[in-house]
Amino acid sequence: MTTTTPDLNKKTKSEGRSLAQDATRRFFRHPTGLLGLGIVGFFIIASLLAPVLAPYDASRDRNLRLRLTPPSWSLPQAERDRLGLTMWSLPFGADQQGRDLFVRVWHGGRISLRVGLIAVAFASVTGVLLGLLAGYSGGWIDTLVVWLVDILLAFPGILLAIAIVAILGPNLTNALIAIAITQIPIYVRITRSVVLSLRESEYVQAAQALGSRGPRVVFSHIFPNSLSPIIVQLTLSVGVAILDVAALGFLGLGAQPPAPEWGAMIKAGYDKFLQAPYMSIFPGIAIFLSVVGFNLLGDAVRDVLDPRLKS
Amino acid sequence: MTRYILKRLIGLIPVLFGISLLVFTLTRVIPADPALLLLGERATPEARDLLREKLGLNEPLFLNPGAVLETGNPFRLLDAQYFQFIGNALRGDLGQSFFTQIDVVDGLARRFPATFELTITAILFALIVGIPAGVIAALNRGRALDTVLMFGALSGVSFPVFWLAIILIYIFTVNLGWLPSIGRLDVSIRGFEPLTGMYVLDGLLRGRPDVSWNAFKHLILPGIALGTIPLAIVVRMTRSSMLDVLGQDYVRTARAKGLMRRVVVNKHALRNALLPVVTVVGLSFGSLLSGAILTETVFTWPGIGKWVYDAIQARDYPIIQGGVMFVAVIFVLVNLLVDLSYALIDPRIQYG
Repeated sequence: MTTTTPDLNKKTKSEGRSLAQDATRRFFRHPTGLLGLGIVGFFIIASLLAPVLAPYDASRDRNLRLRLTPPSWSLPQAERDRLGLTMWSLPFGADQQGRDLFVRVWHGGRISLRVGLIAVAFASVTGVLLGLLAGYSGGWIDTLVVWLVDILLAFPGILLAIAIVAILGPNLTNALIAIAITQIPIYVRITRSVVLSLRESEYVQAAQALGSRGPRVVFSHIFPNSLSPIIVQLTLSVGVAILDVAALGFLGLGAQPPAPEWGAMIKAGYDKFLQAPYMSIFPGIAIFLSVVGFNLLGDAVRDVLDPRLKS
Repeated sequence: MTRYILKRLIGLIPVLFGISLLVFTLTRVIPADPALLLLGERATPEARDLLREKLGLNEPLFLNPGAVLETGNPFRLLDAQYFQFIGNALRGDLGQSFFTQIDVVDGLARRFPATFELTITAILFALIVGIPAGVIAALNRGRALDTVLMFGALSGVSFPVFWLAIILIYIFTVNLGWLPSIGRLDVSIRGFEPLTGMYVLDGLLRGRPDVSWNAFKHLILPGIALGTIPLAIVVRMTRSSMLDVLGQDYVRTARAKGLMRRVVVNKHALRNALLPVVTVVGLSFGSLLSGAILTETVFTWPGIGKWVYDAIQARDYPIIQGGVMFVAVIFVLVNLLVDLSYALIDPRIQYG
């Protein structure tokens, strides 16, 4: 998979424009991509600002008088006055301990995004290095790496993550490790396939003929050309990781109470579901929006970086 | 073709070996001592040691060079926990539940039909809704309808499954009261002996259409929840595959010779576009089995997923281990079957 634009004449006309510049230009004409970027940007900025704008201590900030209060805007005026609320003072309602769900959902974004980004960063670095190593060296190293990847891929979806956390013990760090491990294979596969297709290409052979050794060939000649499929995968992976964090949280295998994690909040709401459906509705919407954001962004990045796919 | 199948089957062996190695290693890194879990905090160290001996936990993990030196028999090198585990697994013995002593293989076999029925429902839902939606999107490419459908498909993979399940229950069970959301049959159904364990089918086989209908109603909500992700995938795949086929020469020829658009779409295009769709669905079977852990938990569906979930809560390691291994092996086998049938159906595929 190369990243050159197929229309070579066009490329020479717009001399001096790199792939990155080209892709950026295309990206800003991509409406759904911009929407995705907007959503992702919103969640990242909101998460960064959460401790500044709404300092929160999950174990302390509660108001038992407000236990299981529905969203304030849905209450009649008299009820709001009785509880001392304004129209928007409790927009998502309060949970069984009287905690403000809006603040909890807001802070929950910090957990999901952090775990998602760290897990994907770890998985991609490991996976790419393994893929480069396997593809370039071939032989038994390649066989071994492919075997390991096949084993990991034999555990569909979130199953391996569940198994790992169920056995290592449920907490957020183990959930992060488990999610990262399940995401490694895809990066190995992508990188390895690019390396295999480029290893025998003329420019790589030329570099070798000029005396470049293994690591130099891999990192300065092969790796840059495998970047675009990896970047696409990175964006899509974050969405998957956010869903996985939530699923583990829902199963009681991720963040533990009182941490405001979205999946665990949905689980808490599920247990109180007839009285307080809003307890699970809002964290779910937050997960959905953030994942849609990353998916829209990922699709757009794919369109932009691989012009051949765009028909 | 036979050679190809054989080759693929042999190729499975290292992967199956790897799965067993991984699952075994995972269960041996448990921070807690199984003997402590089983006997409780107050057991004497002697009792614990006795139990460890009985469970074979005092044996070496992977290789036993000590036994070779002692007896001079090189085969005793394999006299270790891992190979006992493999030997037992090959004889269909995955151990017993820590707490209820139920045989894990028995338990899996008894619960598998429930999970299978749910998975098939999800797949059928995905195909019945997804293929027409994908075709409509392809035929209206670039128009508003296409955009809406594609955004719907993107949303489908962005929902947390368990959240969607809860919302479905809230709407259709709690508010509208249309559909049941707990278990597989109403408690009012009596005098029904399952046969295959798939209740819709069993109701028909036993001449009890009321049971089939009731079981079907119980399947709808969990089936939709579990089927959302494959649905989204089917819509996207059908659309792109249709666009691909619609651009082919033979489709243009068919149109040019004056065939009706409907005939061209249904007969010429769709039939050829379906192959990749079917493959994708086959390959998603395994993810459905693992997604069933979430769906079955929400709907109290007595399948493998719920069993594993309960085992996780109780820290019943043999069930977790057996369930995970079972799903992985099924997944690998189904993938192989999909691959083989693909090679069988599509003569363009070279195998060897």
